[in-house]
Amino acid sequence: MPSVLEAHNIEFMKILVCICPVPDTTTKIAFADNNTHFSTQGVTFILNPYDEWYGIVRALELKESGVATDVHLVTVGKADAEPVIRKALALGGDEAIRIDTDSNDTYMVAAQIAEYAKTVGYDLVLCGKESIDYNNGSVGAMVAELLDMNYIGFATKIDIAGGVATVKREIEGGEETDSCSLPLVISCQKGVAEARIPNMRGIMAARTKPLKVVPPAAIDALSSIVAYELPPAKSGVKMIAAENMDELVHLLHTEAKVI
Amino acid sequence: MSVLVLVEHSGGIFKKKSLEAVQYAANIAKATGTAVTAVAVGDADNANMQALGQYGATKVLHTTDARLNEFNSRAYTRVMLAAAQKEGAKVIVGLHDTVGKAVTPRLAARLKAGLVAGAVSYPDLSKGFVVKKNVFSGKAFAFVNVTSDIKVITLMPNTFPVVKGEGAATVENLDVTFDDKDFSVKVVETSKASGSVPLSEAELVVSGGRGMKGPENWYVLEALAKELGAALACSRPVADSHWRPHNEHVGQTGGTIRPNLYIAVGISGAIQHLAGVNGSKTIVVINKDPEAPFFKAADYGVLGDAMEIVPRLTEAVKKFKGN
Repeated sequence: MPSVLEAHNIEFMKILVCICPVPDTTTKIAFADNNTHFSTQGVTFILNPYDEWYGIVRALELKESGVATDVHLVTVGKADAEPVIRKALALGGDEAIRIDTDSNDTYMVAAQIAEYAKTVGYDLVLCGKESIDYNNGSVGAMVAELLDMNYIGFATKIDIAGGVATVKREIEGGEETDSCSLPLVISCQKGVAEARIPNMRGIMAARTKPLKVVPPAAIDALSSIVAYELPPAKSGVKMIAAENMDELVHLLHTEAKVI
Repeated sequence: MSVLVLVEHSGGIFKKKSLEAVQYAANIAKATGTAVTAVAVGDADNANMQALGQYGATKVLHTTDARLNEFNSRAYTRVMLAAAQKEGAKVIVGLHDTVGKAVTPRLAARLKAGLVAGAVSYPDLSKGFVVKKNVFSGKAFAFVNVTSDIKVITLMPNTFPVVKGEGAATVENLDVTFDDKDFSVKVVETSKASGSVPLSEAELVVSGGRGMKGPENWYVLEALAKELGAALACSRPVADSHWRPHNEHVGQTGGTIRPNLYIAVGISGAIQHLAGVNGSKTIVVINKDPEAPFFKAADYGVLGDAMEIVPRLTEAVKKFKGN
């Protein structure tokens, strides 16, 4: 049996980072067409923070330290995703891939990424722990299943040596350290890397880096969003005098019934 | 046909959120004219598994293997696949937590089943299979229609009150053949904070922001949390300044929680923070700035200095509990 090193020729270690554009965190969410569509009017799109701050930056660090050779960025989306992809390329990365279809259903997105990944063969797939728009947090584990790879979620630290990943990750009420041979899919969160700001050289270089547009594979969506709703507005705050905490406790018990 | 639900336990004791998931599955089973089969993985006590019947499970499928006492998404997925096949499951329920988020996507991908991640409602069967879920990190809800034959749902913990009923589930062993590959992720080290309430499961949460002025002042929040039996949380600047650990950070880029009571102390209430906590049933805001936007999202507000008010509140809780 070949060793892990031989099986995954470390001299050519390729990383794929899954990225997506999301509305800026300060966006006031509004809907159009009788609450059936998210209104993008006046919305600034940014790179999903978990993908940018942790996934991309850690991939770049692994390349800079000589562990990885290639860093590719992939997104599933239409042409309007390209400005955000260019911003991602300004941070670093050798090339970006845009799979040219709408990204409405998690399975569809994961299956598109998996189909593309099969054509290249990646040793490591990184993604953010979730996107801050649809909060599914499911693409990474789905890609892992579709590529028959192992998966480690909620990583806070990733080290790779000799084709083996050592990953610290969040678990309920604590953390654990896992060890697993590549290939592997990891979802990233705070701790994995420190956010970077692209420099002028990166921004200039990003303009000419390859951004491949790939036609989508024939995969059906398994779900769709039929309507949206905003949370009900609070009826108004009841102010309690700072001296009267007994009153607050009384109200929490008798009115709110939470203690 | 059945509704399958993955139940989580700690040392054989089923977690409250898993009882909620069983009850949730039972309501779906009732609406679809089927029964609930719970799937328990790893060593668990027979009586505890039978007791899942009190929350609506008809049957419990139990798989044990020495290697299963540590969580492993691939191995758990294999168990769930075997159970789904055996039961002809059309709906599969898990929790929207670290376990559910690792297992259900794998399962959904394998079964080519549509997934609703983070559900906060029962499926509306009058319009297909429409489930409400959190989107934009709590700033809104979306109604997702699942069109595949098999449907997978992860339930947001603490969405429905858990009501204990009558009944006992039958327990059956489920034999699953594993592949060595299923265990290739090895756990090298585990560290758990003992005794504290996990934030995602907490019904009561005490949270501090930049207005606390520094980590040295956290003792007043810790005392209040202890008196209430609450978990501690914090805002992003607090975690970024390393005043508190990152796992306590709630908000759009931290955790999303929906406790019964959220007490926000010295947190101004930026839109990103509100996103993570506005699912809380009752919000109390303590702040010295009358213009703090958080007051607009609060049920109860107290204006003044946290270092004076919080100890007073702790005393009031102590007095209330003494009665």
